[in-house]
Amino acid sequence: METYSFLRTLADSWVLLVLTLVFVGVVIFAFRPGSRSVQKDAAESIFRNETRPAEDDNKDDR
Amino acid sequence: MWNYVKLILLGGIALFAAIGANLARDPAYMVNALTVMLVAGGMFLWTLRRIDEPVLPVNGNEYMDGVIRAGVVATVIWGVVGFLVGVIIAFQLAFPALNFSDLARGYLNFGKLRPLHTSAVIFAFGGNALIATSFYVVQRTSAARLWGGNAAWFVFWGYNLFIVLAATGYILGATQSKEYAEPEWYVDWWLTVVWLTYLAVFLGTIIKRREPHIYVANWFYLAFIVTIAMLHVVNNLSVPVSIWGSKSVQVFSGVQDAMVQWWYGHNAVGFFLTAGFLGMMYYFIPKQAERPVYSYKLSIIHFWALIFLYIWAGPHHLHYTALPEWAATLGMVFSIMLWMPSWGGMINGLMTLSGAWDKLRTDPIIRMMVVAVGFYGMATFEGPMMSIKSVNSLSHYTDWTIGHVHSGALGWNGMITFGALYYLTPRLWGRERLYSLSLVSWHFWLATIGIVLYASSMWVSGIMEGLMWREVDQNGYLVNAFADTVAAKFAMNVVRGLGGVLFLAGGVIMAFNLWATVARQPRAVSTSIAVPAE
Repeated sequence: METYSFLRTLADSWVLLVLTLVFVGVVIFAFRPGSRSVQKDAAESIFRNETRPAEDDNKDDR
Repeated sequence: MWNYVKLILLGGIALFAAIGANLARDPAYMVNALTVMLVAGGMFLWTLRRIDEPVLPVNGNEYMDGVIRAGVVATVIWGVVGFLVGVIIAFQLAFPALNFSDLARGYLNFGKLRPLHTSAVIFAFGGNALIATSFYVVQRTSAARLWGGNAAWFVFWGYNLFIVLAATGYILGATQSKEYAEPEWYVDWWLTVVWLTYLAVFLGTIIKRREPHIYVANWFYLAFIVTIAMLHVVNNLSVPVSIWGSKSVQVFSGVQDAMVQWWYGHNAVGFFLTAGFLGMMYYFIPKQAERPVYSYKLSIIHFWALIFLYIWAGPHHLHYTALPEWAATLGMVFSIMLWMPSWGGMINGLMTLSGAWDKLRTDPIIRMMVVAVGFYGMATFEGPMMSIKSVNSLSHYTDWTIGHVHSGALGWNGMITFGALYYLTPRLWGRERLYSLSLVSWHFWLATIGIVLYASSMWVSGIMEGLMWREVDQNGYLVNAFADTVAAKFAMNVVRGLGGVLFLAGGVIMAFNLWATVARQPRAVSTSIAVPAE
């Protein structure tokens, strides 16, 4: 089979399926149990460390 | 030791550029070589003068804000310049005498100034804004100083040198005639070096972050940096005719070249003008509203949906061409699907204000950001609609496309950048507040009315043009000559130019307001932002 036809067939079958499954996996990952508190922490991270970098010693201080 | 290496490198570059200027085969190459020679020579002298000065220790307990301040200044200046060139070429279209073809020998014709305008607003204004805000956001959300020391300064100056080389090249005729990828081969190589350094600085900062999570704005910025690197390299694969001349020959040809160009072109919209600016949205709107983003889950899905869909949408620029039918259909279908993540992101940005809607009344900065997100929503509805083949057969090649691009670029990219600049300036220079909030309101209304004039006149003009082009008489002959449509557009072209004048006026007011914020106000007494003498 010529390269063009091979790549085209591959793209609209298996690769399409794999990419769709990866995306579905991302959505499931976002909704996984226990994600709420992690995401809340991440969403609020913009309100920390406004003026200077975090110190080394309070790395696990949060 | 490093200083000696630098001296050898800079001296070598200056010498090479001088040889290049001497042997140059075209004026664009000669002027670019002279520019490089002057820059490298100047830096050589500067390094030489400071070679035995004691090196000030870097305070790692501070954010690196000097380069961001420089980026804010560059963004404002390039913005005003880019808007001004836009107004000039808008009036050139209405009044062709303004090309001054005899006086300027054609060097200031619309065809020369148009890429100057697009590159100035997209790459100079937008690019500097993206680099500056990404450096600001990645430091704050990673709780870490920028990685790589002065590499960030190299990114800033290198990127602005790229813009100067490209802009002077356009006027003197160095172009590879690819829309939004006009710069010739050596400018492309330079940008690749600068861009990979940018990627290293950004990634390095993320890697040494002190926060467990990579905040969603950084995901968008990172996607923007990585994808632009890939697009830029592939679309600019070309073989120089001579190392002493600006001309190069594309590796791809025919329909492959067209497909690669619009894969690049549309993803420049998708990742430069959308993903990068969404990074701004996800940081500056929550900060200005003082509330976390509406839904972090939605922001994750927004990001991945955008990444998965955008990259396929390019072929919608090539409907009814030599491109295979299936490729055009694929581009159309993915463009329509793209509507969903776009509106998901818009809702996420707008709903961040839920419970704080009163701020819209009192805070003109948040008003600007909200209108930006509104324009994002409108442009990402209009775009998928225009990618449908039957709509595209009417809209393509008409002013409708220009109107669509500008409601996205002025409304979304412009307004969110203005909001970010108003947010950043008092904080970066340690001032308590902006010089004048009422001037922000003036800017807001001038810009908004300007965009409305621009978009509505281009709708009327574009649809009229499309209908006139396809009008046939009872014998099947075309009714209108092309020049008839040009004559019929005159009034709309004038209105478009006036809209541009209003938008430019708003930009000038912003420039004054930001300058006065720094120059006419005392430093806030109790500010905790240390301003290092970088």
